[in-house]
Amino acid sequence: MVRCFLIHTVCPVSGLSAGESRVLYSRVFGPDEGVLTEQHRELGPEERRLLQKEKVAVVARQVRSAVSLSREASGRLPVETVPGEEALALQEATCGVVRLRAGEPFSEEMSALWMGVQNLGFTLVCEPHENLLLAEGTLRNLTRHCLEQALLKSSRIDAVLSRLLPHGQLLFLNHRFAQSLEKEVAAYMAK
Amino acid sequence: MYSHGSESLIKQAREIQESELQKFYSRLVKLLQGKEFGHETIDSLQRLHLILSATKYTRTLPAELQKRLLSLLSSPVEQLQVLSSAVLRETLPLPGQELNYNQDNISQLNSYAAALLLSQAGSRAELSSLCTQLLRSLESRQSEAPAHSLTHTLPILNTVLTHSPECLSEDHLTLLSKKLVDWLRYASITQGGGASSGGFFTGPRSRQPAPIAELDGTVSGDFFTVLCVGQGFTDDQWMNVYSFSMLRHWLLTYHSVSSGNIAADTANRLQLSLSLSHSHSFSNDDRSEVDGSVVSMVSATSSSSRLLPPKERLREKAFQYCLRLIEQSDRKAHKRTDTELQKACLVEAVCILDCVCVEDASLVYRTFPCVKALFGRLSSDLTFARVLLPIAQFYLNHGELAAVDCDGVWRLVFGRFPAELFSDPFLAHELLRFLRLNLDSLRLRVPQYARSFPNLLKFLAWDSPAVVDDFVDLLPSLVTAETAVELLHTLLDLPCLSATLVLQLRLTCTPISEPCGRGLLSLDAFRSTSFRGLFLYLLRVEAGSGDTIDRLSTLHEMLAEAADWPRVIQCAQTVPVMLHIFFNTVVAVADQKLLAHLILVMLERSSLLLSLPAYIKEIHRVFSCHLLRLCKLHPSLVVDQSHELLEFAGSTANVYSKEEIYTHVVWVLGEYLSVSCDSRCSVRLITSCFEALEAVLFEITSSAPPPGAASPAPRVVTTLMSALAKLASRSHDLIPRVSLFLSKLRTVTRGGSVAWCSDEEDLVAIVTRGEELWSLLKTPGVAQSVLTPPPHVTTPQWHRDTNVSMPLQLRTLTSLTHSQ
Repeated sequence: MVRCFLIHTVCPVSGLSAGESRVLYSRVFGPDEGVLTEQHRELGPEERRLLQKEKVAVVARQVRSAVSLSREASGRLPVETVPGEEALALQEATCGVVRLRAGEPFSEEMSALWMGVQNLGFTLVCEPHENLLLAEGTLRNLTRHCLEQALLKSSRIDAVLSRLLPHGQLLFLNHRFAQSLEKEVAAYMAK
Repeated sequence: MYSHGSESLIKQAREIQESELQKFYSRLVKLLQGKEFGHETIDSLQRLHLILSATKYTRTLPAELQKRLLSLLSSPVEQLQVLSSAVLRETLPLPGQELNYNQDNISQLNSYAAALLLSQAGSRAELSSLCTQLLRSLESRQSEAPAHSLTHTLPILNTVLTHSPECLSEDHLTLLSKKLVDWLRYASITQGGGASSGGFFTGPRSRQPAPIAELDGTVSGDFFTVLCVGQGFTDDQWMNVYSFSMLRHWLLTYHSVSSGNIAADTANRLQLSLSLSHSHSFSNDDRSEVDGSVVSMVSATSSSSRLLPPKERLREKAFQYCLRLIEQSDRKAHKRTDTELQKACLVEAVCILDCVCVEDASLVYRTFPCVKALFGRLSSDLTFARVLLPIAQFYLNHGELAAVDCDGVWRLVFGRFPAELFSDPFLAHELLRFLRLNLDSLRLRVPQYARSFPNLLKFLAWDSPAVVDDFVDLLPSLVTAETAVELLHTLLDLPCLSATLVLQLRLTCTPISEPCGRGLLSLDAFRSTSFRGLFLYLLRVEAGSGDTIDRLSTLHEMLAEAADWPRVIQCAQTVPVMLHIFFNTVVAVADQKLLAHLILVMLERSSLLLSLPAYIKEIHRVFSCHLLRLCKLHPSLVVDQSHELLEFAGSTANVYSKEEIYTHVVWVLGEYLSVSCDSRCSVRLITSCFEALEAVLFEITSSAPPPGAASPAPRVVTTLMSALAKLASRSHDLIPRVSLFLSKLRTVTRGGSVAWCSDEEDLVAIVTRGEELWSLLKTPGVAQSVLTPPPHVTTPQWHRDTNVSMPLQLRTLTSLTHSQ
C-alpha cells in the first residue's frame, strides 16, 4: 500500500534555506508507525506527531534533491506555464523513484515515486513490493487532479484521495471505473 | 502552481497570534452551533486546517470545538466529514473524547471517520479490535446494506494488516478468504446502474441489463474482472475491483501469518476449518458456480475447487483470475489508459501467480505453460520490460522445479534491458531491486551475473544519484577474483561511459538534421568508424571482451569536452564511493598475486583518467588510502612490486602532478622495504630504492619547481626524508649519505628563503624534522628501533598479560582505597 502522499516545493523558496522544501499538503495513511514500533514506544502523542511531520519533511527534501539533480543532468529546466495550461505542464513533467532505506525515515524500506511539475513535487511513498506501474499511473492521475485545485484547499485533495487512493490502497481502475469516480469528484467540487 | 501568495498564507497561518486564534476558535464554535452550515463554516474549517497543519507543533483546540468537530464526522454532508476528519487528524484526541465505534454503530463508520480512527490508533490492540469489528460487519451485512458502503472496508482492513498482521486470527482468515472468493469470482456479469436506459419505443424486454464487455468492445464471455467495462457497475463489481487490488497483499499476509504465529495451532484448527468450510459451502452465502449463467472457460478446465478449504479455494480462484487477466491483456484496448492498466494487471497477475506457486508447489506445473507463453509473447517488445521483470522472478523462483530453460530470460534482464533501457528510471529501480532481493540465487543460478557488470553499470553511469544506493549494496557481489581487474578499470572509466551514453542517446533520439549535436567533437568521434571500437568497448554488455588500455588516452582526449556535462560530473562524484567499496571487498576475494596486479593498475591509472580536476584528485586520494591498506595487510606486496613502485617514486614529475599518491608510495617504500617484512628484501634493493628517492629529494630541493607547477608540498619533502632515514637505519652504509644531505639542507636554509618552499613556517618545520632525523641517525642502533620498531612495540599487548598488568591493577586499587 501507499504510506503517504505529499505535495511540496522543488525549487528555492524565499525564507527557506537552499536544500529545503516546503510541504504544502501531506497525507499519511493508516496508523502512525511510531505507535507500533518498539523504538518509539516511549514517545508521547505530541512527540510522535512531530516525528511523523519530520519524516514527511525528510521525504520532501530527498525528493527535492532528486528532482533538481535529475533536471540538472538532463539539462531540462522547468518552463513556466500560465494557469489553465496544466495539461501542458504535466506533459513536461519529469519523474523518478527514490529508494528510502529502512530507517531513513520509515522503519522499513520504501520507494518514493515522484513527479516534478514546474516548481512542485508530487510524491507517493509506496511499500517497495507495491505494483509501481500501477502506482505511477495513479500518481499521474492524482497530480492531474491536484494541479486543477488550489493547493491549500486541502479538503478537495482529501476528497480526490478518498476515491482514487482510499486509505492508501492502489486500485486497478479501468477507464469506466475511473470516469465514474471522476464524476463523483466533479460533483464534490461543484458544491 | 506554487506562488508567493501561497507562501505568505502559510506564513500567516504559522505566525497567528494566540489571542487572534482564540477569537477564531470561538467564532467557529458559534458557527458550528447553528443548524445549517454555510459557505462561511466550510471556509473557516478549511482555514483551521491550514493553521493546524502548517506547523509541526501540536495546537490544542478548545474542548467544545473538538466535540463539535467530532459530531461533524457523521454529518451527511461529505465536505463536512472531510474537513472535520482532516482537522481532527492534526490534533490530539482529548481524553474521554475518543471515537467510539462498536458492533452496533460500526456500519455508520464512513471512510473519513475511519481515516481518523486509524491515524489515532494508540496501540496494536486498538487496531486488532477495529479489525475484528470490520470483519464482523462484513459477515453480517452480506445481503442487506449496499455493498458500495463496504468498499472502504477492504482498504481499511488492508491498512490494518499492513501495519499489524498479527491481528488476524484463523477465523478471520477463513472469513475474508471466502468473501474474496465471492467477489473475485462471482461478481455480476451484466452492466449495472442505468446501463440501458431504454427509449420510448423499446419494450421491457430490451431493458434487460446488457452484458459486460471486454476492453476491445466485444461481449465478455467469462467472469467479471477489473479489465471488464460497462456503462455502469454493480456493487459487487466494485467489490471485485477492491478485492483484486488487495489480493496480492492478502495472499502475502496470510502466507506470512500462517507460517508465523498461527502455525503453532494450525494442526488443531485444521480440522475445524475443514469442517467449517464444508458446512458453509452448501449454505446460501457461498454462491456456487452453477448459479452463474456463465460457466467459466478457465475454471471449466480446472478440477472442481468446491471441496477445498477456504484458503486453498481462494488460491485456486486467484489462479483462475490471473489466467483470465493474462488472456484479457492480449486484447487491443480502445483507451491509452486501459493499455497502461493492462500492463499493470499483467505485473500483478504474474506476481500473484508467483505467490500462489510459492505456497503450493503443485501449481507450478499448471502455471508455467501460461507464464512461458506470456514471456514468448512479450519478450521481443521492450515496452513490456517492466512486465518481464516479474516474469523473470517467476522463472528464478520456479524454473528449477519445472526444469525450464531460463537463458532467454537472463539474456533480456542482463543484456537488452540495461543496454537499451538504461535511461528509464522506473525500470532501473525495479531491476536493481530485483537483483538486490535475489542476489544469492542469482549468483548461484545465473552464471553470467557477475560478468554482466559492464552492462549493469550503465544504470549508474546514466543516473548516478538515483541508483547509487542500490549499487552500494550490489557492487560487492560483482567483485570476484575473475572480474576484479576489469571492474576496477570500468569503474575508473565510468564518467567516460556516462558521456558515451549521452552521445548514444543523442544520436538515436534526435534526427540528424537537428543542430543540437553539431559542433560536438565527441559526437563526431562517436560517429566515426576509426574510433567506433573504443566506444563499443565502453558499451560492451559483458566482461572479458577486449581491452583498450593502449588507446585510453585517445578516448579521454575525445571526451575532454564532456568534463563539464552535469551528468558526467554527477557520475564522477559517485566513483570514489564505488572504489572504496570495491577495495574493501576485493581484499576478501583476491590472492596476493591479484592484489599486486591491482597495485599496478592504480599506479598506471593514476595518470590515465578523464580530465576532470576534482575527479582526478579524489581518485588519487582513494588510491592512496587503499594502497596503504593493501600494503599494511600484505607488507610483502611492496617487495613484489618494488620495481614498479620505485619507478613511480623515482619520477620527479609525479611529485608535482600526483602529490597525494606519490607521498603514500614513498611512505610505503620506506616503511615496508625491510627484512622484517619480507626476507627477500636485499641490501641491494634497499640501496637502489634509497638512491632513487635520494635523487628525487635532491632534485626538488635544489631547484625551483618546473614552470606551471606549484612548489612541492612540505609533506612530500618530509616523507622523502623520513623514508631515506628509515632505509639508512636498515643499511648503515647509507647513513653518511643522509646525514650529509640533511646537514646541507640546514646550511642552505640558513639564508632564510629557498626557491622550492615559499612559506617560512613550512621551511622551519622541514628543517626541524631534518635535524631530528639527523641526530637520531647518529646512534644507528637507536635509529633502527625507532624507525623500524619491532611488531611487539607497534601493537603492544602487554596490558593483556596478567603478570605485566599486575602493577597497574594494584596501583588502581591503591588509588581507590586511598581516596576513601
